[in-house]
Amino acid sequence: MRETFVTTATALLDDPRTTIVLADISAAAFAPAARRYPDRVLNVGIREQLMVGVAGGLALTGQRPIVHSYAPFLVERAYEQIKLDLDHQGVGAVLVSVGASYDRAAAGRTHLAPADVALIDTLRDWTVHVPGHSDEVPGLLRDLVCGQDSAYVRLSTQSNARAYPDAGDLRVLRDAGRGAPLLVAVGPVLDAALAAVAGLPVTVAYTHRPRPFDTAGLRALAGTEVILVEPYLAGTSARVVGAALADRPHRLLALGVGRDDLRRYGSAEDHTRWHGLDAAGLRRSVEGFLAAVPVAA
Amino acid sequence: MTTTTATDPAPPGTLGALLDRVRAGREFSPNVYSTLDVLQVLYDRVLRITPETADDPDRDRFLLSKGHAVAGYYALLAAKGFIPVEWLDDQGGPESRLGDHPDRLLVPGVEIGSGSLGHGLGLGVGTALGLRAQGRATPRVYVLLGDAELDEGSNHEAIAYAGATGLASLTAIVLDNRSASHGWPGGAATRFTVNGWTAATVDGRDHEALHAALTGHDHHRPHVVVAVVTDEE
Repeated sequence: MRETFVTTATALLDDPRTTIVLADISAAAFAPAARRYPDRVLNVGIREQLMVGVAGGLALTGQRPIVHSYAPFLVERAYEQIKLDLDHQGVGAVLVSVGASYDRAAAGRTHLAPADVALIDTLRDWTVHVPGHSDEVPGLLRDLVCGQDSAYVRLSTQSNARAYPDAGDLRVLRDAGRGAPLLVAVGPVLDAALAAVAGLPVTVAYTHRPRPFDTAGLRALAGTEVILVEPYLAGTSARVVGAALADRPHRLLALGVGRDDLRRYGSAEDHTRWHGLDAAGLRRSVEGFLAAVPVAA
Repeated sequence: MTTTTATDPAPPGTLGALLDRVRAGREFSPNVYSTLDVLQVLYDRVLRITPETADDPDRDRFLLSKGHAVAGYYALLAAKGFIPVEWLDDQGGPESRLGDHPDRLLVPGVEIGSGSLGHGLGLGVGTALGLRAQGRATPRVYVLLGDAELDEGSNHEAIAYAGATGLASLTAIVLDNRSASHGWPGGAATRFTVNGWTAATVDGRDHEALHAALTGHDHHRPHVVVAVVTDEE
């Protein structure tokens, strides 16, 4: 996804408004673009507060910034700049992260950012995309950069086998019939979720755009049981689902990355398993959730 | 609170009277007054901004980063006709557009919303870069900071980068009223000059010296003016 992002963002420099702001991360990949557009591919060094502040200033002059780094440095370290230098000034930027929750698992806690989407979700009117495949990246990035509002794109080394570029709104990939439990998979957890519910009467819908969440689609698809599977902090979208279904009796199982600092290294696959987000772990959680349904009198 | 019915733009020389309208009997901290001289020289003699050109892309930009120094700023914006004088009378009130820190979406002529220290210089660097990307060589970007505000590390990210890249259209103004808890041994200007900025340190109440310093950039490097003010109030 990162290579696709670099290629797509570089092509978007054809628009004189597009300006890419970096803090050393991926600077080498953008070096050819920087040679061609030295005033619009800016590497501020390892200075994330400045990176976002510069984006705010650029946007104040009418430029359209794309801001890029590892998720913990882009979103967590520079959160106040995101809140004040973009939102409070009334200007927007497209923030694009790599690293996801634990792509760099061996790097340890400092490079893990499972809470990034939850932090962005404290702000109003942001669009958030969590692509599940590199082929989903170009279209959504083009659309975001052509707009004016703020958006967060969370790239990962984790990927599904197939791309669904048009799955901003919920896309049903497995239909278990009206009233069946609904599982919503966000981004690269789709394949594990599909494998997890094999043989179970569960409808599976997919999206790579958790904000704005397709609440109309959710209301159309949801019965009583709803299962969220998100590749970032568990429960991040629970408030959205809860609000969308507030007028209906429902039960919600919100799965995702846990809050614990595991203090373990290994691979992303190891962390997926440890957080119960592999197919076997998801199946255990789903079966337990569905088994708890009270038997009708 | 006094009630007034003035509707015309304030005549020249009444900044103090306008400030009193904002003050409305309250006590201001000395930094409100220490900023007035710099603001007057900027708006009277340096900045190419008028209410008519407040949205002109080629205008100079003035970014008040030390957003708490706002009373004199509001008085000055009223004196220059950016905002109605009547707005001064209920500053901070429930219906007022004038908070204890300025909001660019509420106040005409205000370039950035500020208050949390350490945001203006980064925004100023980005503004200068945006103007450069658009080929606008005329406008200059001025950012007003305080010496205590320099404690915030974000400033030093901006100072180092602007110096290293020779961001020549940027002027930082440090209102130095010696309020930084741990001081700046060797002077605030040295934090800039070591990164390749030009610098002038002047008496912050001397309008001629301020004017010379504020127009003393060399068009090749970013420039800092340290305006030293000792509070005697």
